[in-house]
Amino acid sequence: MTFGQLPYDVAHLLGGAMLLLSFVLLYQRRVTAVIHAFAMQGALLALAAAWQAHVQGAPQLYLTALTALVAKAVLIPLALRVLVRRLDLHRTVETAMGIGPSMIAGVALVALAILVVLPITAGVRAIAREDLALALSVVLLGMLMMITRRNAILQVVGLMSLENGLILAAVGVAGMPLVVELSTAALVLVAFVVAGVFVFQIRERFDSVDIGFLETHRGERR
Amino acid sequence: MPLPWLVVFLPWAGALLVAAVPGLRLAALLNLGVSAASLVLALFLLGTPYGEQGWTRLDALNLPLVVLSFVIGFTTAIFSLGAVAAERFDHWRGRAYHAAFQVFMGAQALALLADNMGVMWVAIEMATMASVLIVAVHGTPAATHAAWKMFLICGVGITLALLGTIILYLAVQPLVGHGDIGLSWAELRAVAADCDPGVLNLAFIFLLVGYGTKAGLAPLHSWLPDAEAEGPIAISAVLSGLLLNAALHAVLRVKAIVGANAAAVAPGPFLVALGLASLLLAALALWRRRDARRFFAWSSVEHMGLAAIAFGLGGAAANFAGLLHMLGHSLCKSAVFFGVGHAAQVKGTQKLAEIGGLVASHPVLGWGLAIAIAAVAGLPPFALFTSEFLLLVEVAARHGWLIPLLGIGLLTAAAAKIQTLQRMCLGDPTPDVPHEGAWWPPRLTEALTLGPLFLHLALALLLGVALPGPLAALLAEAAAIPG
Repeated sequence: MTFGQLPYDVAHLLGGAMLLLSFVLLYQRRVTAVIHAFAMQGALLALAAAWQAHVQGAPQLYLTALTALVAKAVLIPLALRVLVRRLDLHRTVETAMGIGPSMIAGVALVALAILVVLPITAGVRAIAREDLALALSVVLLGMLMMITRRNAILQVVGLMSLENGLILAAVGVAGMPLVVELSTAALVLVAFVVAGVFVFQIRERFDSVDIGFLETHRGERR
Repeated sequence: MPLPWLVVFLPWAGALLVAAVPGLRLAALLNLGVSAASLVLALFLLGTPYGEQGWTRLDALNLPLVVLSFVIGFTTAIFSLGAVAAERFDHWRGRAYHAAFQVFMGAQALALLADNMGVMWVAIEMATMASVLIVAVHGTPAATHAAWKMFLICGVGITLALLGTIILYLAVQPLVGHGDIGLSWAELRAVAADCDPGVLNLAFIFLLVGYGTKAGLAPLHSWLPDAEAEGPIAISAVLSGLLLNAALHAVLRVKAIVGANAAAVAPGPFLVALGLASLLLAALALWRRRDARRFFAWSSVEHMGLAAIAFGLGGAAANFAGLLHMLGHSLCKSAVFFGVGHAAQVKGTQKLAEIGGLVASHPVLGWGLAIAIAAVAGLPPFALFTSEFLLLVEVAARHGWLIPLLGIGLLTAAAAKIQTLQRMCLGDPTPDVPHEGAWWPPRLTEALTLGPLFLHLALALLLGVALPGPLAALLAEAAAIPG
């Protein structure tokens, strides 16, 4: 498929914008800015899902779009903001890897995703094919973010961004069964993770969200 | 409602029930009752004809694993009834613990019985979340750390498995069209030969990494030792005995699909490589452990590696050995955790250096634990000896060059376990710690916590020396499925 066909162009535009926001997540040092970027990515995911619902004539995907909009663009970012305010985390956070090297690694991962997906999916319909390359890039960048951040909240954002990539892949595959169920289950997973951070922070089990602190609690070092 | 669905839904209904009752002791008794009822239902599955019931499908491969899960669920509930008082749960933690245990059991059954790969994924995710909740239930910094690690590593693992599932559908979509059937395992396997091999390869890599993480295969195992060391003791038994099996079973299903396509990458060598890495890493890591439950968690990594090697080799004989190894490992390892849990309560610590001389101070516990550790070390006459022997014979006949690696791994790991056996069970006893607040008289507590241990050893012995004919036939039939 080529340019000039509206369904593909819009789908690729939205997917590409999500990928761009993954890079934003990767280079931001301030926690609040990361949360804003994540909320925008969630909103774009909702748009992408709604567009696929329209193009494929699959009304159940509107449900996926709605849950993505409510949970990922509104509720989870709000919860994280409350958490940041309560813990007074407005400062910049440390990264395990510098911004420059992690951007280079990010570009390399996107190249890898394209090199892996495009040749082997030559027989598959293009909309799924290029969406898959974009989605895989978002997934890999989410993993990279989890690896390069030492802060628990940013790791959770990395996991959720990874999961955004997954849902992007799922809605892009026309006729995929159980998309709504699977995306809801994946959402429950991340909600559970966020709730976990929330509960443990409120109880002040550890006074820093830096997971380096947690390392001292490994049983064998006691 | 078909029987396999009942087997899934009964524990979930039980979860609501145990969460609703006010008293912790009543909840523990109800937990046992629900587990017993589920076991009875699971045993009825033995008489159910194979076949598909909507999203589930009973066949020879998942039947023995489901029945074993509920046997271990039942014995763990007995153990829990005796041991849970010593965990000193407050009201809400007790409710959360029992409810999460039953949610876990239902999800485990669904993960094994599911025919639809999407449903299987949801079930494994549910089981993961329930076990994370149980690991975190004490709320101590160490438990929080263990649960957090399990969350993140398994969270990434299962999201990758979902990506693999999506790509799997992408591979078969041109052949089966839209609808639920596109994720049905039986359908996927039937059409796999005509799929695009490249897409299938991509799906395989993601599914292997995703479910391999959950199965505790190196290098993605690092969540397992902490999770098994910090939760309540009963969860260690079901994590090792059940969850790892469900994940490895998912890997087997994927292997069956990808293996059916001649042009796709051969899945076997990947499994053998991950299995060997797990075996060798665990064999070395076992020597450096100071914590009893972490020690035996590493032993689970080793045994999952062995099973993965067996399934990686493929073929009827190796698959048979792998399945027997899975069953034997579940029984022996949960027996060890029952013994270690009881010992940790008696001695007030789970550090290896501070548990000693159990045979002298507590003969029943000491001998039970000693025999269980010997069984896990792969000594005859228990099931793990038989399965490791079958595996070695098969490896020697087909890939002789693997024998030195396999031998080094097995011997190093067995030696570490024998050393631990001597340290914990023989020698001079270390002092006991009196524990208050027990629910039952000491004798009854001991019967509740050690009865399951000896029951498991008896079953492992049966599997090892006198595999019943019908079960052998069942396993042989199951061994043909992964290919």
